[in-house]
Amino acid sequence: MVMPTPTPTTDTRPNDTPDREGHFGPYGGSYIPETLHAAVEQLADEYNRARQDPAFTDRLRDLQQHYVGRPTPLYLAARLSEAAGGAPIYLKREDLAHTGAHKINNSLGQALLAIRMGKKRIIAETGAGQHGVATATAAAVFGLDCDVFMGTEDMRRQRPNVLRMQMLGARVVSVSSGSCTLKDATNAALRDWMESSPHTHYIIGSVVGPHPFPMIVRDLQSVIGTECRSQCLQQIGRLPDHLVACIGGGSNAAGLFYPFINDESVKLIGVEAGGRGPELGQHAAPLCKGQPGILHGSASYVLQDDDGQTADVHSISAGLDYPGVGPEHAYWHDSGRATYTSVTDSQALDAFNQLMRTEGIIPALESSHALAYATQLAASLSKDQTIVVNLSGRGDKDIDEVARLLQTDSSVVS
Amino acid sequence: MNRIDRIFAGHRSRGEKALMPFLTAGDPDLETTERLLEVAQRAGASVCELGIAFSDPIADGPVIQASMAHALGGGASPGRVLEMVARVRPKLKMGLVAMVSYSIVHRLGVGAFVRDAEQAGIDGCIFPDLPIEESGEACDAVAGAGLACSFLIAPTTPTDRAAQIAGASSGFVYVLSRGGLTGEQMELPAGLGGRIEGLRSVTDLPIAVGFGVSSRDQVRRVLEVADAAIVGSAIMRRVAARRDDGQDAVVEEVVEFMSELGEGLITGVSL
Repeated sequence: MVMPTPTPTTDTRPNDTPDREGHFGPYGGSYIPETLHAAVEQLADEYNRARQDPAFTDRLRDLQQHYVGRPTPLYLAARLSEAAGGAPIYLKREDLAHTGAHKINNSLGQALLAIRMGKKRIIAETGAGQHGVATATAAAVFGLDCDVFMGTEDMRRQRPNVLRMQMLGARVVSVSSGSCTLKDATNAALRDWMESSPHTHYIIGSVVGPHPFPMIVRDLQSVIGTECRSQCLQQIGRLPDHLVACIGGGSNAAGLFYPFINDESVKLIGVEAGGRGPELGQHAAPLCKGQPGILHGSASYVLQDDDGQTADVHSISAGLDYPGVGPEHAYWHDSGRATYTSVTDSQALDAFNQLMRTEGIIPALESSHALAYATQLAASLSKDQTIVVNLSGRGDKDIDEVARLLQTDSSVVS
Repeated sequence: MNRIDRIFAGHRSRGEKALMPFLTAGDPDLETTERLLEVAQRAGASVCELGIAFSDPIADGPVIQASMAHALGGGASPGRVLEMVARVRPKLKMGLVAMVSYSIVHRLGVGAFVRDAEQAGIDGCIFPDLPIEESGEACDAVAGAGLACSFLIAPTTPTDRAAQIAGASSGFVYVLSRGGLTGEQMELPAGLGGRIEGLRSVTDLPIAVGFGVSSRDQVRRVLEVADAAIVGSAIMRRVAARRDDGQDAVVEEVVEFMSELGEGLITGVSL
């Protein structure tokens, strides 16, 4: 058997999406005010140069290996698999990446792009705070100014990450408009960029926003899937049968799925936040329960009311608490290449507890959604099938919030 | 001929300039917006931009963002805004341009939205977050309904792209005086005159300048080089200041400010 060596790279492009203007079928594009057009065009041009420039790709590969600690392990969760019954579950351990989540893959790459464009300040939106921490970290290691926009509700429930960002030298700008969560933080970051783009780069944290962001973030996160594919061939001796990842904007899922897109035997499953129930406002599951619309610069599935106003969303997980989703997921959803499902808050909490007790690993509440679905799926499959779950982040940040929920609402744990 | 074209053709033939106020429809409520439209016309406005509130207006500064949040809280949906327009249209000669996020229009369906807007008495549309690359369907629908469609040109827009944007526009082109968000500024940017001169060489459409135009003095300086001056945040800030004092107080405040803006200008629609 051939044993390929993991070769992390930013240029894994098994198909030709998006087109030149950022379309994934009818989705994507660049629905932004003209004021931002020059900035996104500059970014697209710079990225096209950078990804063919060894000075960029070698630097990024070096950082991935020696700073982030890549490749992250692919771990057979034997006791979790036994508890679930059925197919073995492997975990792609993005929680072990520096800063504790996959977000660093994107932030470092985009910070290098900012430097190439001569921009000395970076900004970011954050929900769970993991993207904010990753961006604050990139700012520290490259000596850039950094402002992170965060909703006040998220600042409350993810306080450890607020402190972490501040200690890393970033300013955390509180956002108290709208629902005070990720959508509003994204609005605030876009507004800042409307004024600051000549000297500031906006590091969007997911595969959302106007072209070229969904493409750049997917490419930078594809290191996850590229490694995972090689590791499966080495450790299991074949490709996995199912890949499972949680979906907020969808960057950890896109990064895992994309290098497998042409492996048609591999089923791709995205897990959205089902929140408290199926009514609009109680969940954050646009692919499962929304419809096509435009939000934050691209066409995709969104949660809106009948007049096109963005709906309120809810998830126990701040990182999934978002009314939109990346346009490429909308494309994969419609084409059937990937399927999308959702799990509820309480199912995610159960999975959080289960992984801690069976494997001694604290998963992020975001990743717990993927775990919750994967254990259900495993039970329905035979032992010769394999499932890989993207364990996209660690859950230390969630400990206080989980403890609060367990105390105040005994119904959330079984 | 579309009303916007007729209004600007009249101004041009008489050597006049146009004042274009912006109002968020439904702030403080739709009844007051209806009264403010009449106020605007009496004060010399040629065209009024009517902002349809959106939950996530990323191009707007804090004043208009808060104004839209207030309007949405009061139920100023696109349908109710157009009902108000249909009521007030017979009393107005000035042009009415709907400023509306394409997120809303996409959801309603651009064909349906444009048809309803035209029937209510809207004369033109501005979709501030629709770039020309994505605008084909919208331009066809707007033109099919006989409405004008104005796109925005930013300070960072290169000349060849500005020519394309003007080419996709009808009625007038909307020139942003500066980058950034809507909101009031003390100074107009240097170089605005030069940019407008440059645009004249690529388009014959009337040029309206907005973003940061907030005083009588700035309106006059804009009108030295442009065909129309757009004033938004400065009006809506005054609306917000009197919101709690009732409709009459809001109307009184806007009458005073609009009269100040229009004083001595030869503008307005010939009645």
